[in-house]
Amino acid sequence: MSKRIDVDNLNVYYGDFLAVEDVKMGIDARSVTAFIGPSGCGKSTFLRTLNRMHEVIPGARAEGQVLLDGEDLYGPGVDPVVVRSMIGMVFQRPNPFPTMSIRDNVLAGVKLNSKRISRGDADALVESSLQGANLWNEVKDRLDKPGSGLSGGQQQRLCIARAIAVKPDVILMDEPASALDPISTLAIEDLINELKQDYTVVIVTHNMQQASRISDRTAFFNIQGTGKPGKLIEYGPTSEIFSNPKQQQTEDYVSGRFG
Amino acid sequence: MSTTVTTKEPASGIRRAAAGGQAGDSVFSALSLGAGVLILAVLAAVAVFLSLQALPTFRAPAEEISGGAGFFSYIWPLVIGTVVAALIALVIATPLGILVALYISHYAPARIAKPVGYIIDLLAAIPSVVYGAWGTTVLASSLVPFYTWAAEHLGFIPIFSGPASQTGKTMFTAGIVLAIMVLPIITAMSREIFIQTPKLHEEAALALGATRWEMIRMTVLPFARPGIISSVMLALGRALGETMAVALVLSSGPLMASLIQSGNQTIAAEIALNFPEAYGLRLSELIAAGLILFLITLVVNMIARAIIARYKEFSGAN
Repeated sequence: MSKRIDVDNLNVYYGDFLAVEDVKMGIDARSVTAFIGPSGCGKSTFLRTLNRMHEVIPGARAEGQVLLDGEDLYGPGVDPVVVRSMIGMVFQRPNPFPTMSIRDNVLAGVKLNSKRISRGDADALVESSLQGANLWNEVKDRLDKPGSGLSGGQQQRLCIARAIAVKPDVILMDEPASALDPISTLAIEDLINELKQDYTVVIVTHNMQQASRISDRTAFFNIQGTGKPGKLIEYGPTSEIFSNPKQQQTEDYVSGRFG
Repeated sequence: MSTTVTTKEPASGIRRAAAGGQAGDSVFSALSLGAGVLILAVLAAVAVFLSLQALPTFRAPAEEISGGAGFFSYIWPLVIGTVVAALIALVIATPLGILVALYISHYAPARIAKPVGYIIDLLAAIPSVVYGAWGTTVLASSLVPFYTWAAEHLGFIPIFSGPASQTGKTMFTAGIVLAIMVLPIITAMSREIFIQTPKLHEEAALALGATRWEMIRMTVLPFARPGIISSVMLALGRALGETMAVALVLSSGPLMASLIQSGNQTIAAEIALNFPEAYGLRLSELIAAGLILFLITLVVNMIARAIIARYKEFSGAN
């Protein structure tokens, strides 16, 4: 269920503009990998190339290799729709479908991918996904109410439940806690810690404490100036990046000298 | 904010600022109240005028009303004709309008979407008499072969029973002309709402592995449902009240089930065709017909409101 990702020679473009240059990294299965860096350094853009969401924006494209357990996601004949069903994504702002009930939100992806599902199986899946997202106890009595009626933190966990309901190989999270209060953030962080038992988790975060709390490995991205492409500066075990970075830029960033 | 004001300025400053704000506030609230009251007053005036002028018709003995059997038997074929013409228009224009709007908002590349949007908007600017002239001279005659074919092969369905009209000036033609006329209303409103679908939700669907059509079905259409209903109701209002195009296109007659023969009539066209020569009781009759049309439109709008309200909880507005 959980797969590793190997990225090689990846260049990401918006039209003619090179946004991220020449990324090479390996992401272990069943681990949490954090991307940190200043705003505009391309970490979110890079994250979105891992499930081919980047190309949803008109003119956006990526060149290079992204291997999911050896299979190139950008290979010929690969359907981005299939890629996205294998690699789940959680966004910065909670985005449950407002027109769907909590239950239907959880089942949304499943109904797309496998179409038919018996009522009993659906009930079981809703419960296990919501349990997996630590949300079951809070919503089990109102599964038919709209998801938009939940608090921000609950909505975000609903989005995580929706993502894990399709049993993806990888879960990508784009600053999943940046719109949440500290208590909800803690709930999400605890959840990420549990998720890595079963999933490969990649998370973009602006919060360096968060990266050091939850991730096994950390990648630091930086940008030399506006109009320049973002680059992967340093990638290694989280403890090393925060306590003993090899690059001066990384040291400056994690010690708070800029960014 | 209040702390900075109290420390840096005397108390009179606060009072002045508050007073100025209140004056602007009350002026604006009076203006908006006035606008709201004006609309209601106009609506009430129309209703009162129609009711008063129609009163003689309701008081007159049945045999003096056109047709000689009372107002009800005079008006109900017209009501049905009006509703049928509008329904034909909506059955054609609603799916077409939504598809065109979706094409413009989600499928067409930007350089095609803009011109197509403008052209659709242009359709709304064409006067209805032009549609009527085109419908009666071009469209009607070119539909005759279809009507003949339909009468032969689908004649067992009452609405296609023959003999087909050889001029093509039928209820069906009128419905098609109305469909083209209301198409821009549905398209323009739906497009506006489709574009407003939050990117957040579209991306949520795509990230789950939805194809573009699945994404539209999961996010765009549910989000836009109240808007689509409003646009259809607005279109229905236009189709119900459209006068000139129907008056020109339809070769009117008594009520009948077949839509491909001459016959049937709508309220608006009936009023327009007879109004110039009407006086006395006949005039009152026509105004009574207008009152009925007014009531139909009112009911249609109330139903639309009720439908929209039902989806409020799930509308995404909260």
